[in-house]
This record gives sequence, C-alpha cells and structure tokens, in this order.
Amino acid sequence: MKPVAFDYARPRGIAQVLELLDANPAAKILAGGQTLGPMLNLRLVQPELLIDITRIAELVEVNENDDIYAIGACVTHAAIEDGRVRDPANGFLRRVASGIAYRAVRTRGTIGGSLSHADPAADWLSALLVLGGELEIAHAGGMRRAALHGFVKGAMETDLGAVELVTAIHVPRGSRVARHGFHKICRKTGEFAEAIGAVTTDTDTGFFRMVAAGGSEQPVLFDDPKPLFKNGDPLDAGSFDMDMAMDALREAGMEPDEYELRIRAVAMSRALQEAMSP
Amino acid sequence: MKKQGVGARLIRKEDDRYMRGRGEFVGDIRLAGMQDAAFVRSPLAHARIKSIKVPDDLAGCVFTAADLDEVKPITAVTALPGFKPSDQPVLARGKVRHVGELVAICIAPDRAEAEDMAARVEIDFDALPAVHDMLMAREKDSALVHDHWGDNIFLETLVDDDMKAAAGEAAVKVTRAFSTARQCMSPIEGRGAIAHWDGRLEQLTVHSSTQMPHIVRSGLSECLGIDHGAIRVIAPDVGGGFGYKGILLPEEVCLAWAAMHLGHLVRWLEDRRENLTASANCREHHYVVTAYADKEGKLLGIDAEATVDSGAYSAYPFSACLEAAQVASILPGVYDFPHYRCHTFSAATNKAPILPYRGVARTGVCFAMELMIDAVARELDMEPTDVRMKNLVRPEQMPFDNITNKHFDSGDYPEALRRTVEAIDLTAVRQRQKKGESDGRVIGVGFAMYCEQAAHGTSVYAGWGIPMVPGHEQANARLTPDGGLEIRIGAHSHGQGLETTLSQVANEVLGIAHDKIKVVHGDTAFTPYSTGTWGSRCMVMSGGAVAEACDQLAERARGIAAKMLQCKPTDITLKDNRAIGPSGELTIEEIAYIWYRRPQDLPPDVNPSGLEVTAGYKPERDSGTFSYAAHAALLAVDTLTGEVEILDYVIVEDGGVLVNPMIVDGQIFGGAAQGVGTALYEEMRFDADAQPLASTLSDYLLPGPAEIPSIRVFHMETPSPYTRFGVKGIGEGGAIAPPAAITNAINDALKPMGAELTMSPVTPRRIVEAIVAARSEKETAA
Repeated sequence: MKPVAFDYARPRGIAQVLELLDANPAAKILAGGQTLGPMLNLRLVQPELLIDITRIAELVEVNENDDIYAIGACVTHAAIEDGRVRDPANGFLRRVASGIAYRAVRTRGTIGGSLSHADPAADWLSALLVLGGELEIAHAGGMRRAALHGFVKGAMETDLGAVELVTAIHVPRGSRVARHGFHKICRKTGEFAEAIGAVTTDTDTGFFRMVAAGGSEQPVLFDDPKPLFKNGDPLDAGSFDMDMAMDALREAGMEPDEYELRIRAVAMSRALQEAMSP
Repeated sequence: MKKQGVGARLIRKEDDRYMRGRGEFVGDIRLAGMQDAAFVRSPLAHARIKSIKVPDDLAGCVFTAADLDEVKPITAVTALPGFKPSDQPVLARGKVRHVGELVAICIAPDRAEAEDMAARVEIDFDALPAVHDMLMAREKDSALVHDHWGDNIFLETLVDDDMKAAAGEAAVKVTRAFSTARQCMSPIEGRGAIAHWDGRLEQLTVHSSTQMPHIVRSGLSECLGIDHGAIRVIAPDVGGGFGYKGILLPEEVCLAWAAMHLGHLVRWLEDRRENLTASANCREHHYVVTAYADKEGKLLGIDAEATVDSGAYSAYPFSACLEAAQVASILPGVYDFPHYRCHTFSAATNKAPILPYRGVARTGVCFAMELMIDAVARELDMEPTDVRMKNLVRPEQMPFDNITNKHFDSGDYPEALRRTVEAIDLTAVRQRQKKGESDGRVIGVGFAMYCEQAAHGTSVYAGWGIPMVPGHEQANARLTPDGGLEIRIGAHSHGQGLETTLSQVANEVLGIAHDKIKVVHGDTAFTPYSTGTWGSRCMVMSGGAVAEACDQLAERARGIAAKMLQCKPTDITLKDNRAIGPSGELTIEEIAYIWYRRPQDLPPDVNPSGLEVTAGYKPERDSGTFSYAAHAALLAVDTLTGEVEILDYVIVEDGGVLVNPMIVDGQIFGGAAQGVGTALYEEMRFDADAQPLASTLSDYLLPGPAEIPSIRVFHMETPSPYTRFGVKGIGEGGAIAPPAAITNAINDALKPMGAELTMSPVTPRRIVEAIVAARSEKETAA
C-alpha cells in the first residue's frame, strides 16, 4: 500500500495551479488529502503530479459582503466546526461539520475538496444541496459560478473541467427564522453515511427543500417536497409519509434495495423532525 | 513492602514503554542493508497458473515457485482419523486456491519500489469455478479445492447418540440454523518479519511479529530443511496477537529463503489490505441444532450438525480442523443433559485458511448454544434465565465430567447467573419493557454463559495430533550479582501483561521486589522451548514454571544463607528481599554478591549448582482449567433503522485466583470489545467468485471507542484444584459471550414483533429485514 512515484508541486497562486493542470493531464489536486491519501496508497489513483493547494492564501479565506458569503475551498471542516468561520445558516454548517468522520479527518479535510470529489455519501454535498449552495470555479478564462445542483453529475462525477479548480463555496444567507435539519445514519461513529436526510425551511422566504442521500447514488433534491406529505403541507411534519417518500425517491431515480430506500426515507423524516422541533 | 505477589493490583511494568511510544515492534527495527519485499498475490480465488512472466530487468529481484524449488510446502496435519492433509506452497505452484495467495516475492530497496515491481509481473490464469460457500462445498457436484481429494472435506467427525430417547420424552423440539460470519483478526500491528543470514554464526535470524517464536522456528526448519540450531527467531514487541500471530506464514518462509540466497536482509510488513483480503480469516461457522426439552425447560438432548469454513489450506500449527473438532466437544457448554449428537464438517473452500482467533470455536459454539436456550425458552414461554438455571452444572457436581468428557475443574455456574440477573436487574427491565420507551425504540435483555477450557495440555492435544503438542512448560530463573532476578520464558507477552504477572509470581515465592525482576521473552536464543502464547495458557503454565523455578532457586539461596548464618536451610525464611535465619539475616543482594563476587567466603561443601535454575511444570491434571462467566446485555433497538444501542453490559466472571485483577479486567474489556465486533460489526463477505468484498477498514467495520459500552465486571474466585496458586486461564473469555448475549437481547426486544435473528453480525439491515419478514408472515397468516 504505497503510492506510485509522483511529482509534487505547491504553487502559491490559482493561476499557477491552472498552468500546472494544463501542462499535466495526469495531475491531481491535493487539498486535505483525506480521500486522496488512501486512494494513492491503494493505487486507485496513480497521478504523475500532485498539486498541493493548501498554501494558497485566498483559498482559506472567507469572502463576505452584502451580497455574498463565500467560504474558501481549502477551509477545513474543523475551522467550520470550531466557529472560526462564521456560519450564515444559523449554526447548521457548524453542526454538519462536527459530524464529519473523526476530528483527525476534520482537521485536514476541506469543504472544497469534499465537494469536488462529490462522494454521494459525504455530508457537505447533501448539506449544501439543501441550502442551495453554489461553487466558484477558476478556469483559464477567469471565474464561473455553478449551482451545486447540476454541478454533480453522478457518484464522484462532476462537470469540473480538466483545467478548472473549485475556489470557493457560496452559501445563501437564510433569514433569521430559517430552520434546518440533518440526520445521518451510519454503522459507526466516523463512517460514511448509509443514509442522509437534510431539510431546510424558511417561512420568511417560503424556501423549503429536502435532500435524501445514501449509498453510491447521487443525492436527490426535492425543491418542492409536497408529494412527500399526506396533506401536501411540508410545514406539517406529522404528515410526512414514509411510503410516499419511498415512492418519490424511486421516481427520482434512486434504485437501491428496499432497506436502503427505507432508511433514506427515515433519515429525511428525522431531519424534518429536527428542523421542526422547538 | 506493599504486597506485590499473587493478587496485587500492580500497574503493568510494560506499559511504561508502550504508553510512551517506546516499544520496539518489527516495523521499528532498522538494520543495515535491509531491503523490502512486496508480494505478487493471486487476484483470483481459484485458477490454474498457465504462465508467470517476470520482466527481464527484474531478474534477481523477483522470485517464483520455480526459484524456491527446494523449499517444502507448509503442512499441518492432524492425527484425527480421516483427516486429509493439504500442502500449502509458500509460493503458488500450478494452481491458486484463494485470493491473496502468494505467487511471487519482489525485493527492492523500499516497499514502494517493490510494489512497482509486483505490478509488472504478468500471470496468465485459467480461471476455475470457485468454492465460495462451505455448505455448497459439501455438495457432490462442487468444484474441488484439492483435486485429488475427491471432495472438499478436510475432516468429518461424529459424536453419535440415539436421539429417539430424548425425542420420546420431550415436550418440545426446537430446531434452528445459526451462522457466524467470516471475520478478520485485526491487531493494530499486522504481521511482519525481517530475515537475516549471519555468515559468521551460520544462522538465520528472523525477527517476527509472532506469539510463538519457538513454533515458528520449528516450522521454518521443516520448510527450509535446516537445523533448528541454525535458526534464531526473535519476537520483539508485538502489537496484539489474538491467534493471528500464532501461525507460520508463507511470507516468513519466503523471506527466510530470500535472506539465505541474496546476502542481505529482507523485510516484509503486512499492510491492512493484505491482512484483510489475504490472511487473517477466522470464525465462519454454520449450525443446525435441534434441542429436546421437557415442559419445565429441562434439556433432554441436543442434536447438532456443524460446518466450519476452513478455507483452502491447513494452517501451521493449529490445522484446518481445530475449530470443528472443538465444536463437537464444547457445544454442550455449561449445561448438563443426557443425550448429545454432533456431526461436524471442516469444509475446504477457496478462501484464506481459517485461523484460530481469541476464544477459538467457542464464540460460535456459545452463539449456537445460547441462542438455542433462548429459543427453547421462547417455545415454552419461560424466562430464558430460568431455562438456563434448570440445566446448569451445579456446584455440588464439581469437578464434573460432562457429556463429552470435558473435566470441569471447579466453579459455581448458577451463582454467576444469579449475580448477573441481579446486576442487570431483570425485574426492572421487564417492568420497563411493559411501559415502553418514550423515544419509540424497543429494549431487550439477553444473557449468555460459557466455560472456557484453558491451558489444556498433552492429554488433550496428543489426541488431535497437530504439529504442536504442549508438554511440560519450562522457565529459567537467575539471580544476578546485584540481587536482581531474571526470568526467562519461551512464551511471549503481547498485551497479556506477563512481564508484570510473572514478576508477581516470582515475588510471591522469593520475596524479591517487583522492580528488581526482569522477565525476558521472545527470543529462541535466550529462552526455554515453549509452544508459546495461545489457549489462555501462560498464567497457568509459565506462571507455574516460574513458581517452580523460583522454589528451586529459593532452596539454593537458603542453602547459601544457611552456610553464612550457620543454621539449617529449613530455618531460613525468604521475605521482603531478605533471608531471615534464627540468629541473623542476609539480604538477597548479599547472598548473590557472595555467590558471584566473593566465592572465597563460601565453604567448600556449598552446592555448586549456583543461582540459576531451569525448571518445568505441568498442573496435576492437564485437561485444562475451566474459567466461566455469565454475560448480560441490555440494549435498545430502533425498529425503523435497525440501529442498536447497548445501554448496559454486565459480566460476572470466575477465573480462579487472579494474579493481578486489574490486568484481568483489562483482558475482559478487550475481549468483550472484540465480542461486540463479532456481534454487530465484523463481517468479511465474499461474492460467488470467492472474492473478499472488503479491503479497507471502511468496508470491514471494527467497533471503535464510541461503539463499546461501559462494561461492569464482577469477579467470583473459585480456585482451580489442579494449578499452582489455583489460577485459571482467562485471556480469551471476554470475546466468547457478547455475540450470544447481544443477539439474545435483540431477539428479546423484537419478540413482540415475532422477529428472531440467527446470524452474526446482527446488522441494522438484518434487523429491519427480519422485522419486515415477520410482519409479512403475520399478514399472510392473517
């Protein structure tokens, strides 16, 4: 379990990263390395060059003004968990961060790395999908913005180009009354989720979204979750219906077995209870 | 001096280096000129090797079976009638029989380069149908793991009885099928070895992460065809053994061969993927059990068929049949009943060889028997603890020869159960169950009991006839010129705390202070022969040997003191580092000083044997000590997700006289943690091609600190009548009962729903599926 031989570069700026990517089709970006590290050791990835982006100052900043709230791609889960980065979602980001794997992983793992890797069982993907997060992506011609929903094409599959780099995550600001719920079902502390349910509701803006994730399938986003409720009212948590939710997940294209589908519906139901509980 | 002998709760001496990160494991050893090995392993479970192509530029760095022509395969036979031996080639020859089997060894200045080489070796295979399931392996039309056998059965055994007698009187007959998953032993440190040929000494030195250095030496000698005297095996600090380090590995033989042929040192450190996919397999059993009982819950007979998935080869030295052979003899557990029939099969499959893991066979047996007791209770609508109480061997029957002629040496089994019932507060649990839980979960309580034969010796192993039959155990005790004591043992300590407990034994006999005693182990050059550390034997066997050696040493010290104090040796008492006579005293230090440094002060008729003794020991009866325990689990089940939370866990344990109760508690906690793993998490699944489906610890789940409950341990202390100090072996017990206790608790919780689990691990998926199946069964019935 040792990696193949590779070169290593630690550029100081985003432009250099793009140049290196352009020159080396077999290059890999190294952020926290919490997924890439084991994959290198298992030789599941065999890059010729690793580009370490953790020393690029602007990637660990938070960019905040009246219009945007953007977390740098190399901000670690631990920085969010510890409140070193302000949480625009009433504590939701902190809570999600605190449940990612183990503290050791959170100390190095980064939010941008997690989203670029797009493991469907990863916490950030569901959490930011439900919030309506967007990515800021650098490319040779400048910057582009992409909604996370749509950016992820499948399990560990995104529309990130070969010479592109996720630089920041834009988190929409909810109103003060926005409420969130996040429920993860996993076999043991620190493991990847078997099922995730995420809920966000903002009665000021009428924003109500739910996400279900699990296994190796792309998470499903319900931006209109009415069909999951017996009386069609998402604010009436008691009318959330497991069977309807399972049907809706199937309709949305999820094809796991009965058990996996069931626990995804349970995770949604518990996230909902959490969001609605006083 | 504070008590430091038998019974003292001393802090472990060895922890000072372990806790400060100063231990020295194989991976810490740096020797000049050392190169690293990586192995080319079979990606297929069953295939013929058509050709192996090694790139020309790798000649001299990569070796295959063709190069190791003179090396003999690893062969672990048993004397049990009908046993079919298997030859385990150290590098595959002609055919591969499990995923991960070694095909070539690649040697380079570092491991990464060795892995680069391994990736360039091309093997052309003809895939064969793989035998992936032990029950299918038994079928007539199954593919054959060993072509010349004609079937896939290493060994079939039958303990026969006429079950009609039991059936005739029985009010109930209950049949269940049980299975336990294949597991992988997961010591924090994997296997590893460094081999070195010393030209001057004409000696092969192998540093190996092993719990049985003398047995590894015998195995290397047999495979390499060189004298024992030309081999030295050193086991440095070892980071957990559990049985996995009690096996001669083909990797060790390959390394030894390479060191002898290449003129430099060769090292291999097992990585976690190798550990999981290629080697550390254990535990996979299948049972069909029928119990007959009267209407009061008294067992009238047990009729069982047990199959063990032994994997492809018979591992050295414990063989492919240790598990199944033990199953037949220990299935009756702690119970006394009149009729017993047990038919066992050790089935060969295309999986890595099955190896003994802490609790060997007992964990599976306890699962089958203790779930069976609960099934009988369910059938009779009785409290499971009442059924147990009706059938336990009673204290007045001790010592007791059970139905399979196991000789239970001592104990009070019903009392252990009573104390467990009280500690878990069964009455309160039943009331709480009636009330229900506010969070919607359901709670359940489950019990399990076992007794554990330990330190069993010649009389037991001679019958099995495996390559290793334990006889008398030796220890060496030597007073040093400054009055310290060196103890040398051939067993190995890797978590058991023997450096501490054997010092306590020596202190008990000689009165020498704990911190002046050094226990030396883990080197065939310095220690007496021993079969090593296995079978919870060391406290009984090495402890007994140390006591014997110290007795003899005390005699010699008394002899010298008597000369100096001008009294009879029998007038001398050894206490607190002193030899006290009627009219004066000497310190042990003074005695040693006189013997070694001032022999001119000794009279000419002094005993010339000196202050060093090697002595041997065997208990009065070597059929084994029987420690035992009752476990109880209280847990909550989330019926929607299948998640289980252990709310309370109680163990009432009797390990005879405890040399160091704190160390025993640690052993029990560690074992129970592994038992929780077996119960709820650990499972190596295989697909129909016998491909292992987990290769990292994110696929093969081990319980972590958050998954292990707070365990409450209570001790009883019934001395063994046969051993020095009345000690019993106790190291494995913690791992035996948790799967049964936890599963019984889950079944208790699910009882109102009519769901019952019979396979470990009990995963959330299996729980939900059992609930759904029970529901649809009910609906169909309605």
